Amino acid sequence: MASVTQDVVPEAAGEKARVAQPYMNPYLAGIGLGLVLLAAFVLVGRGLGASGAFNSTIAWLVSLVAPGYARSNEFLGNYLEGDTHPLKAWLVFEVAGVFVGALLSGLLAGRVAGSVEKGPRVSVGTRLAFAFVGGSLMALGAALGRGCTSGQALTGGSLLNLGSWVFMMCVFGGAYAVAFLFRRQWR
Amino acid sequence: MSAPFYKLGAFGDEASLVVAFLIGIGFGFFLERAGFGSAKKLVSQFYLTDLAVFKVMFTAIVTAMLGVTYLSWAGFLDLSLVYLVPTYWIAQVVGGLLLGVGFVVGGYCPGTSIAATATGKLDGLLFVLGFAAGTLGFALAFPLVKGLYTAGAIGTKTLPQVLGIPYGILVFGVVLMAVSGFVGASWVEKKMAAKAAPATE
Repeated sequence: MASVTQDVVPEAAGEKARVAQPYMNPYLAGIGLGLVLLAAFVLVGRGLGASGAFNSTIAWLVSLVAPGYARSNEFLGNYLEGDTHPLKAWLVFEVAGVFVGALLSGLLAGRVAGSVEKGPRVSVGTRLAFAFVGGSLMALGAALGRGCTSGQALTGGSLLNLGSWVFMMCVFGGAYAVAFLFRRQWR
Repeated sequence: MSAPFYKLGAFGDEASLVVAFLIGIGFGFFLERAGFGSAKKLVSQFYLTDLAVFKVMFTAIVTAMLGVTYLSWAGFLDLSLVYLVPTYWIAQVVGGLLLGVGFVVGGYCPGTSIAATATGKLDGLLFVLGFAAGTLGFALAFPLVKGLYTAGAIGTKTLPQVLGIPYGILVFGVVLMAVSGFVGASWVEKKMAAKAAPATE
């Protein structure tokens, strides 16, 4: 538990951030997450997810601009079936909940503050550019992998799904393979 | 069998969206509690200084796996009705590697970037926008990447089927692996802290 302290760059200078509480014990947080996941299995018969909500949102946005194209696109078409509004999707509502739940937890712990997470040797602009590029790369990975850390690693992992375990090992492998190259961003 | 409730008709589509929102709140709450709204905390996993990502993830996997196992053995949960993503192993190897690289470059994964944005991290918001842009790019380029997207399609496969190990034994094996992983992770953290101490003090 070495890195409870964070290097945060306050957005509004002079605004003194409140003293944030330490994070929860990782095993307790893991049990909490596991029980939420179990609740999803029992109540709905599916697990957690995040990237799918992005797919629905993009499908909806493209359908506003080019409805015919969006439906004919083999990837987006999956999220535009029938007459239901594309945002009236399970994962869209679940991700809206993730936002609210994280905000709630952050507020209770005094951890909500405008900031940019980065190491001391890199500028805010560079970090923001890396965040955008990293997000784009990850979108390609999640699309190919049919899910992300939540939908594949957590959900499929606990169901002993073959593809999820293959995917999870490759996530860790890919990250460890390049961590040294990108260390200046963080350390 | 009385669960999964939704699949057995206990409630309808509209109610399932309310359930989705509530489950999301729980998910986001524990992600933030664990410190996963912070990119520095998350990427520490890959610099071996703080292995909370591994600990939280595998504790969650083991908790849910044991829950599902016992509830299905007790005849309460029909596991065959729980949705399993089909395996496309080649696409998933490439996708997993890309996701790992994106994790180190971007600092988040999709779920944690939402938690970061919710707690005011501007880099979290940029990650979300980048993820949206990447999704759009993938969709527009779909005709070109469809071959890779469907590569290695072998249908819905579970580890017990492929490895030929009985389900219960494999569950026990995963628990053992996780517990020894936790012991190893704490050992690595101690080693790294000892290594870093003379430099910072």
